[in-house]
Amino acid sequence: MTSEPFGDLIDRCRAAEDDLVRRWRADVAASLRGRISEIELDKELREILDAVLSAVASADGADTRSAAYGEVRALLVDLSRGRALQGFSPRETAISVFALKKAVRDSVGTGPEFTAFSDVIDELGLFTFESYAKTREEVISNQAEQLLELATPVVKLWQGVVALPLVGTLDSARAQVVMEKLLQTLVDTGSEYAIIDITGVPAVDTQVAQHLLKTIVAARLMGAECIISGIRPQIAQTIVALGIEFGDIATKATLADALLLALGRIGVDVTAEMSKRGL
Amino acid sequence: MTAQELPISGDADVVRVRQAVRAAAVQAKLSLVDQTKLVTAASELARNTLTYGGGGGALVEQVDNGLRKGVKAVFRDKGPGIADVAQALTDGFTSGSGMGLGLGGARRLVDEFAIETAPGDGTTVTVVKWAR
Ligand SMILES: Nc1ncnc2c1ncn2[C@@H]1O[C@H](COP(=O)(O)OP(=O)(O)OP(=O)(O)O)[C@@H](O)[C@H]1O
Ligand SMILES: [Mg+2]
Repeated sequence: MTSEPFGDLIDRCRAAEDDLVRRWRADVAASLRGRISEIELDKELREILDAVLSAVASADGADTRSAAYGEVRALLVDLSRGRALQGFSPRETAISVFALKKAVRDSVGTGPEFTAFSDVIDELGLFTFESYAKTREEVISNQAEQLLELATPVVKLWQGVVALPLVGTLDSARAQVVMEKLLQTLVDTGSEYAIIDITGVPAVDTQVAQHLLKTIVAARLMGAECIISGIRPQIAQTIVALGIEFGDIATKATLADALLLALGRIGVDVTAEMSKRGL
Repeated sequence: MTAQELPISGDADVVRVRQAVRAAAVQAKLSLVDQTKLVTAASELARNTLTYGGGGGALVEQVDNGLRKGVKAVFRDKGPGIADVAQALTDGFTSGSGMGLGLGGARRLVDEFAIETAPGDGTTVTVVKWAR
């Protein structure tokens, strides 16, 4: 059964299917410049063509949003997702769909029903483009999260002492990640001391200070003491002018000083440890 | 450098304002301590604009009084305004969940500080830091 606006176009396409796929694949392959194998591409395009022809032949053939196009949409989501993850451009991705138009024209000719078919392909091309953009956005926001994670390493300096070197801006999102990571590391390593080094933080304002203080209070609740190190002269003066008080929290100019303080409190004899290691 | 107008409508904008102020302070040859003080004051004021003013904008420009160079930063919003400025400037006062140190602290971090505000009429805070 063939619905009205498409006349016998679908039947003609089915009859010329092999030739159609060959032409379509040639155009797409040229745009992808060999980065996907011909065999893979052939399979992918055949599936899509078959689904498109079935959908177009259905009663709702002109409406790409209808249930008849469910399978087509699913295949196009797969295609755009795959292309986006492999690093193809939106243009290269959309061409895979738009090129079907030319293949149909060259293979079975135009005729009055070609306009309706062309409209369907335009819609599907745009759908592919949108779904490509959605995947890219997901990829980017995942990367942003990974960066956040990467930028907050917690390192074990000694049995019982971990250090958290902060680099960059400590905004609320980052502060949350930092706090969780530090608390988890305290649990995992059973550490009593955490050194938070702020040498790499360009400015300490009330928000940064508040995040630091909250983290320190949370660490205390878990039985660990925090030492803040790396307070450079300009930061020290700014903190004083702002009126921020770190209360009884130990602060040291350098990470080395903070480590010595922690080791002293744990009762490690640094000189003895050094000679033990042949230093 | 000419005056730079920056919108403040999200956390990322606060970071941008801070960067613009830092760049202007470097150009005006402020010392590292003064750069840090001004950037920190700008950070406080930009966040107040965002949190309490419901967003607004910042104007950052280099100034020159014939004797010295400096940086001026103006923070504007069309929010609820501040009814009691003295109270807002008091250390420890906050109507939100902050430390209540930002506004008073910003005043101590700069050389010139002015607030123009009225209930229902928004808030404009102007600060200047001069190179020594
Ligand atoms: N632009 C503004 N519009 C309206 N109210 C403001 C504005 N800026 C400050 N305020 C009021 O002044 C109070 C004090 O501001 P301040 O910056 O000193 O403290 P905070 O922002 O509450 O906390 P902190 O800055 O220490 O994190 C605020 O809680 C708020 O009520
Ligand atoms: Mg504030």
